[in-house]
Amino acid sequence: MSILDSKIPEGPLADKWTKHKNDINLVNPANKRLIDVIIVGTGLAGGSSAATLAELGYNVKAFCFQDSPRRAHSIAAQGGINAAKNYQGDGDSTYRLFYDTVKGGDYRSREANVHRLAEVSTNIIDQCVAQGVPFAREYGGLLDNRSFGGVLVSRTFYAKGQTGQQLLLGAYAAMNRQIGRGKIKMYTRHEMLDVVIVDGKARGIIARNLVTGEIERHSAHAVVLGTGGYGNAFYLSTYAMGSNVTAAWKAHKRGAFFANPCYTQIHPTCIPVSGDHQSKLTLMSESLRNDGRIWVPKHKKDVDAIRNGSLKPTDLKEEDRDYYLERRYPAFGNLVPRDVASRAAKERCDAGYGVNQTGEAVYLDFASAIERYGKEQAYVKGLNVDDTKLVTDLGKKVVENKYGNLFQMYEKIVDQNPYETPMMIYPAVHYTMGGLWVDYNLMTTVPGLYAIGEANFSDHGANRLGASALMQGLADGYFVLPYTIGDYLAHDIRTGTIPTDTKEFDEAEENVRAGINKLINNQGTKSVDHFHKRLGKIMWNKCGMARNEKDLKSAISEIAQLREEFYKDVFVPGTENEYNEELAKAGRVADFLELGELFAKDALEREESAGGHFRDEYQTEGGEALRRPEFQYVSAWEYKGKPSEAVHHKEELKYENIEVKERSYK
Amino acid sequence: MMNLTLKIWRQKNASDKGQIVDYPISGISPDMSFLEMLDVLNQELIEKGEQPVAFDHDCREGICGTCSLYINGRAHGPQTKITACQLHMRSFKDGDTIYIEPWRAEAFPVVKDLIVDRTSFDRIQQAGGFISVNTSGNTQDANAIPIEKENADKAFDAATCIGCGACVASCKNSSAMLFVSAKVSQFALLPQGQVEATDRVLNMVKQMDEEGFGNCTNTGACEVECPKGISLENIARMNREYLSASLKG
Repeated sequence: MSILDSKIPEGPLADKWTKHKNDINLVNPANKRLIDVIIVGTGLAGGSSAATLAELGYNVKAFCFQDSPRRAHSIAAQGGINAAKNYQGDGDSTYRLFYDTVKGGDYRSREANVHRLAEVSTNIIDQCVAQGVPFAREYGGLLDNRSFGGVLVSRTFYAKGQTGQQLLLGAYAAMNRQIGRGKIKMYTRHEMLDVVIVDGKARGIIARNLVTGEIERHSAHAVVLGTGGYGNAFYLSTYAMGSNVTAAWKAHKRGAFFANPCYTQIHPTCIPVSGDHQSKLTLMSESLRNDGRIWVPKHKKDVDAIRNGSLKPTDLKEEDRDYYLERRYPAFGNLVPRDVASRAAKERCDAGYGVNQTGEAVYLDFASAIERYGKEQAYVKGLNVDDTKLVTDLGKKVVENKYGNLFQMYEKIVDQNPYETPMMIYPAVHYTMGGLWVDYNLMTTVPGLYAIGEANFSDHGANRLGASALMQGLADGYFVLPYTIGDYLAHDIRTGTIPTDTKEFDEAEENVRAGINKLINNQGTKSVDHFHKRLGKIMWNKCGMARNEKDLKSAISEIAQLREEFYKDVFVPGTENEYNEELAKAGRVADFLELGELFAKDALEREESAGGHFRDEYQTEGGEALRRPEFQYVSAWEYKGKPSEAVHHKEELKYENIEVKERSYK
Repeated sequence: MMNLTLKIWRQKNASDKGQIVDYPISGISPDMSFLEMLDVLNQELIEKGEQPVAFDHDCREGICGTCSLYINGRAHGPQTKITACQLHMRSFKDGDTIYIEPWRAEAFPVVKDLIVDRTSFDRIQQAGGFISVNTSGNTQDANAIPIEKENADKAFDAATCIGCGACVASCKNSSAMLFVSAKVSQFALLPQGQVEATDRVLNMVKQMDEEGFGNCTNTGACEVECPKGISLENIARMNREYLSASLKG
């Protein structure tokens, strides 16, 4: 019997959440004023939960490392947010959203959690519209939708290519309302460096003021981590420069199990790497696959001609192009899920069909969409549909209206006009499905310590479908945690303020100071970035889009070795009592160097292919991911002093409402 | 590959006087972003045991609004409609001298080197930049309020402000009118925002004045330098809102 208790409520799937809400303890409004909650991170999950908990009456302290809560990296999400509204009348329902998400996650997520997510998805849209989030609308004044990968309906709500921005600013506004009322105390430019455990419960954090370098103690009755994912372990990713695993990793070291660290999303449509100086990668939204067609040349000679500049992609004849997604997956075409699209791009590029100098790029082409939209507009306006130039101009306008900011972003980076020539794209690290293990109440294995949004592992299985990260972040923050945390806090109404002058806080602060001193006093010769880049190369080459036993074993030893070298030879300039970005980075990279090893260990243990985790040894004859029934479990790792000694726990996954079958998008 | 001379504002902390320091830099590729060029400089400084240049940055894709560099006398540099992180070195040529300074405004005190404190922007939003609806999810169905597409699109355009502060930095009066008017306009254009319209504009403008931002004299530099192209129309709309709120209030 596993020691992991997922606390999934009894009863039929569709009634679990309602029943659970009716069964759990509540805290009366007067008592909520006696309870403090710390929230770390102010993205969609952290920001929305801070606002809601404050509104319910709890005293909230919120922390972010950015200079304003509005800058959390949720802001960069582009394409949209799913909800089972069925406004398009195309057969969508709560069950379908649930089904698509479990299937999309390659049957490695929890049924009950995903169903709850699908249930509350519609509330999110109502809530956001009431808050003044300006979603895209049709001419009739109603909300517009588009499609995302792995799905056969249009259920994605959007605000051009800036949906994350608009949703985050909605949550930020809700927070601002509570900050103005004194219900949220906001700590910007603060980084959490440890969790404080008192009598087995999370009772506070140690944070560093990034401007003054001061180490601060903050207590509360519960601690919530909405600190995002750990994709920056790969150095190059679509994450923000500051995104890190530190808060989650410190929680792990204090007893929170880390689940499925190897489940990483490598997003198929990002701008390819241009050189060694590169500091980050830029996503081109999946929404572009609604209208863009992905291809490479059919023949090697054309690949060579394109690479040496003697052939323009626009001059290559239709019959000489290989629209490989449409060829391999006729039912879903360009809208296959992300893991499938990424692997297919890698397969073509590995076979030598990549279209840029590095051989790692495929085309995303809008020419047929421009023509199709242009003709439609010409009909609507009663103009000549055979006038090619007119049709193209009209079509470009439609495309600009839908994706204008993305096209502009592309042009600024690559210096090519995507209205005239196809975009070049290649997969890049984008999201982590793994994270802190949580039960149905979103509590980690440490009582009183919660993880929400990307920081937890629960809803996306081995692969996340597009437009569902925003959905999960807001579902957790607005509609799930505010209920479930009450069940725990109901026992704390008589506890009183948690003192910070105790031995537990002393010990945690000492621990933080020791870590900082070690880094700052280390008279090494190499910069933090030097080590981060090397870690990134190991991760990408050996734990990336395809993994195998030999590479994973060598990654484990290389990362351990690199970590040793880091502590011997890293150089951090400046002092600890000032704004010192290098010091902050050093702490984060130190944690990535531990997480990276656990990541590889987890990938090695999982002897199957599922979603974003592809093991060369386990594939079908057609090169698709081969799941194995004996691995139908969540891996949850318990920290035991070193990543190599982490203890493996399993949570078996049961599918009672969905038949587990081969995931086919053909 | 380019060789450049950088003239960078260095200031240890808020109380330090600060000065421009020269840094020659070589081997810069035109495909590098401006911030990647600064990364190269910082790596060189660290290797020499010197303090790297502190600058704000995070998403590096033009949406978080963190980066805030005044490059050759212009907010976010020589190109329009982009942030400093989206600026690439192909906009410069070999041998150029580049001045890099922080935002300059009384309401944005320098934290260190090129980093400024923009929490005044947050306080303005806290004074009224929201709709007072509880996050219960028990509101009306989202499609129960049809909104004319034109207004919805205009509200969206106003809402794309990233709060970087380029408008303030570019204004000879350090006025925050474009920033404040963007939020006021977003809600003024939507039926959901009407209920609290009077208090919102009065409270936000009051906070803006208290923070020490200057007045608007309709020069329009803010609109030119805004990386998101927030329109001056928003300022006109806020002035109308303010006038009618004042008459009511």
